[in-house]
Amino acid sequence: MERLLQILCENARQTNAELGARLGLTEAEVAARIVALEHDGVILGYTPVIDREKAGERGVTALIEVKITPESGGGFDRMARRISQYDQVRGCYLMSGGYDLTVIVEGKDLYDVAKFVAEKLSTLGAVLSTATHFQLRVYKHDGVLLRSGDEEERLPISP
Amino acid sequence: MDLDAKLSDQLRGIPRSGIRDFFELVIGRTDVISLGVGEPDKPTPWPIREAAIRSLEKGQTSYTSNLGLESLRAGIAKYVEAHFRTLYDAKTEILVTVGVSEALDIAFRAVLNPGDEVIFHQPCYVSYAPTVTMAYGVPVPVNTRLEDNFALRASDVAKVITPKSKVLVLNFPTNPTGAIEPLDELEKIAALCVKHDLLCFTDEIYSELLYDGRQHKSIVEFPGMRERTILLHGFSKAFAMTGWRLGYACAPPLLTAAMMKIHQYTMLCAPIMSQMAAIEALKLGAEAYEPMRQSYEERRNFVVGRLNAMGLHCFNPGGAFYVFPDVSSTGLTGKEFAMQLLEEHSIAVVPGGAFGPSGESCVRCCYATAPDLLVKAMDGMEVFVKSRKKQ
Repeated sequence: MERLLQILCENARQTNAELGARLGLTEAEVAARIVALEHDGVILGYTPVIDREKAGERGVTALIEVKITPESGGGFDRMARRISQYDQVRGCYLMSGGYDLTVIVEGKDLYDVAKFVAEKLSTLGAVLSTATHFQLRVYKHDGVLLRSGDEEERLPISP
Repeated sequence: MDLDAKLSDQLRGIPRSGIRDFFELVIGRTDVISLGVGEPDKPTPWPIREAAIRSLEKGQTSYTSNLGLESLRAGIAKYVEAHFRTLYDAKTEILVTVGVSEALDIAFRAVLNPGDEVIFHQPCYVSYAPTVTMAYGVPVPVNTRLEDNFALRASDVAKVITPKSKVLVLNFPTNPTGAIEPLDELEKIAALCVKHDLLCFTDEIYSELLYDGRQHKSIVEFPGMRERTILLHGFSKAFAMTGWRLGYACAPPLLTAAMMKIHQYTMLCAPIMSQMAAIEALKLGAEAYEPMRQSYEERRNFVVGRLNAMGLHCFNPGGAFYVFPDVSSTGLTGKEFAMQLLEEHSIAVVPGGAFGPSGESCVRCCYATAPDLLVKAMDGMEVFVKSRKKQ
């Protein structure tokens, strides 16, 4: 991955001037490169990494293992894209191994997710089975460790 | 009892560290963005920490050989050969110490007689002069200059050499300036060491942290130098292991044995868990430090650009993770600048004078600090500099 993308992954809120200063590019060069990356669909969006519990979020997240019947010609793509369309679905990944799709679903509560699985997911013709796992606690999200509160501060001044 | 009268005269002659004074001002304040540290912002890479945890789980909690674990010394020999193109015998020429600080202390104590002179370049790490004094040597600082980007001129070294000169201390890249030494000057300095039969202690602690594609070359690699050099290195900076307190000295057998004599009676050995972690660090090598090095280089680019844009003259340092801008355009000394910046904007930098008088017009800023904090610090500093320039 190009360096600009790597440092945007660390922090996407850096200004083009800051990014340029780090990479030895002008502000305009960075801006042009980012526009190109967005245009080409390499950069799809920018989102913060949030400790949802601290943010007061009481919703639930589930990881659902889905087995589906592949279609002749299209394989798993059409079904996977279709499942991805639901707003509740935060992620959808084709997997190797014992099942086919990992679907990450968010809902207000257990019932909300259960309803989605029973009424939307399971009723799709190609879906053979689902197994729903609810997330209990987050320790690391998108490469960022959640703060445990007992981190040791480093000394403010040292030789 | 008059305890003060009981203190050693040698110790009494050593002034309090300037950095300590400043530390007292900052400690306890929670609102401060600090560019005042001398260490990486990230913790030690996980595989290294895990190696230490594993060793504790296995019950490896004993003393080690005074010299350090044999497997660690073998790893050091290999690493030093690759990085400094110099071969050391792991059995007789490598001593594992509690940081470079201990290595430096025992190196001085091993060779100095009262009155022997030790030449070193200033601004420099705060412990050089006191450590020489505590070993009954005479510190002989050579000022490096802003106009030379704080590189050391061989001609300045030549001027202070006397019959009492015994050791030359080098530290490139340098804390606090980030300076690197041009090869032609380094070659001349090596020639001076040979000509005047000086020992050379080279503190290589920042040698992995070089920028703009530079390759490090140590003075030990020049003709006639290996036999007179103590190469001091450690894990603190490149591997982000400051708190593990682990360093080493590489030197000819006679010097290693002499240092070992002090080390075995005072320290016994470096902590085994730190040594186990260091073995893993050496296995990982550049894989562990290269991502940090690259990130420091980018942060340096950002900070140097901002400092110059706000009107503080700041050369582009070739290594370490410090910038050393000259703040005289604000009409302030480095100390005044640091105090007022702390007072008004809660940003901590270290007055350059803490590292020697030739740094008095400068401040040291460590850019091994989270990028978002660096941006805030530079924004605050810019407002501060502007306010001073108007006056």
